[in-house]
Amino acid sequence: MPAMIEIANAEKSFTMHLQGGVRLHVLRGVTFDVNPGECVVLSGPSGTGKSSILKMIFGNYRCDSGCIGIRHDGGVIDIARAEPREILNVRRSTIGYVSQFLRAVPRVPTIDVVAEPLVATGTSRAEARERSGSLLRRLNIPETLWSLPPSTFSGGEQQRVNIARGFISDYPILLLDEPTASLDAANREVVVGLIEEKKRSGVAIVAIVHDDEVRRVIADRLVDVTVFAAAA
Amino acid sequence: MVEVQRARGNDEPLMVAEGLSKNFGRLTACRDVSFTLHQGEVLAIVGESGSGKTTLLQMLSAQLEPTSGRVSYRMRDGVLRDLNSLGEAERRLLFRTDWGYVHQDPAQGLRMAVSAGANVGERLMAVGWSHYGKIRQTASSWLERVEIDTARIDDAPRTYSGGMRQRLQIARNLVTEPRLVFMDEPTGGLDVSVQARLLDLMRNLVSELALAAIVVTHDLAVARLLSHRVMVMKGGRVIETGLTDQVLDDPHEPYTQLLVSSILPP
Repeated sequence: MPAMIEIANAEKSFTMHLQGGVRLHVLRGVTFDVNPGECVVLSGPSGTGKSSILKMIFGNYRCDSGCIGIRHDGGVIDIARAEPREILNVRRSTIGYVSQFLRAVPRVPTIDVVAEPLVATGTSRAEARERSGSLLRRLNIPETLWSLPPSTFSGGEQQRVNIARGFISDYPILLLDEPTASLDAANREVVVGLIEEKKRSGVAIVAIVHDDEVRRVIADRLVDVTVFAAAA
Repeated sequence: MVEVQRARGNDEPLMVAEGLSKNFGRLTACRDVSFTLHQGEVLAIVGESGSGKTTLLQMLSAQLEPTSGRVSYRMRDGVLRDLNSLGEAERRLLFRTDWGYVHQDPAQGLRMAVSAGANVGERLMAVGWSHYGKIRQTASSWLERVEIDTARIDDAPRTYSGGMRQRLQIARNLVTEPRLVFMDEPTGGLDVSVQARLLDLMRNLVSELALAAIVVTHDLAVARLLSHRVMVMKGGRVIETGLTDQVLDDPHEPYTQLLVSSILPP
């Protein structure tokens, strides 16, 4: 089976012009594959560039060099070189990303925040809302909150809205940045269940998880990010 | 067959700018700007006052002739035409039908003394609508879409608040179903809460109508919420361009880093 993600020799540095042009070499020689139905967990202490790798796969950070091959629409797109339009297409139908923090649009009700990725790919608003509602219910977000924008919610609630938004579509690739970080045990359980379902339906997952228990359950393979640490 | 053609059509750019420059005497306001814009794409042009973004917008919308370079636009018949080669009548027709222009100051884009309904209806009459009932009905449904109480349809916009005026200006522009809308600091003089509502509204309309838009703004939050791509301008040049979140989250140029780091945290 062909890999969903193939990363070869990706490199990332940051030049901080406001700090006298200091160049931070973060990652070098990042190379790994992720197959359908597989969950790869990135490991290593904070600051080693785990989140940066997710952002590079999502096209949010640019790579200095190397290749990030994504299976998309019957072919392979190199995110490191893709045009903005191509990256947006990949995000619309192939890659879902659950970031650590919800970046909510002001004024949009929670139910629509979650439904939006489905509406964007052509699902009717009514059906998208229905699926949004059932996911929110499963994640224990009380129905009384659905019509409110999530900006006023607690950290844990926002995180669950974020998860619902990431899990609602049938993306073949999911990137998860600490999806269970601010959740209680019951909700952590729900999220683990959602991840297991995605794996069973063939979704390729790259995750950052600090919780040992969650990691033990979901990870098929660990990729140690410290080996990609670029010496300054 | 029709479907195939449409699909192929969507892959061709709607607008192509090549090497656009503008000099005012010895001052170069805009230097060698090139890009392509596709149907449904929202491009933000950001930079501080004097960076050349408004000059660029005026050239793109055929209001200012470039000193060198050219702008081409794919007309409804599918043919890419150099804006300079268009006759005055063709250019006016573009402005009345296929293009919208949202000014920062609604008073520039509206007729302040005639009713809101007439402001919207006027664009329809300009493209040949003549049935009063239909015009009024369409105007009224557009007022609803931009969240203006239809009971205010006969009031003149000078009696409206700033936010309402801006929403009316948007309705007036979109009623003819343009394919491309130019926006010059569309949330400029508005209160923050009013801005949020307007941005949300514009965001939805742009995606529902698959509009292409070129938005000039100095506000990076506006660029982030509305645009797919961003061009950062400084001293008349485009210094950095790319996917909006990429440029804002991983800025490479010193000036872009300065702009991004100058945003106050919410």
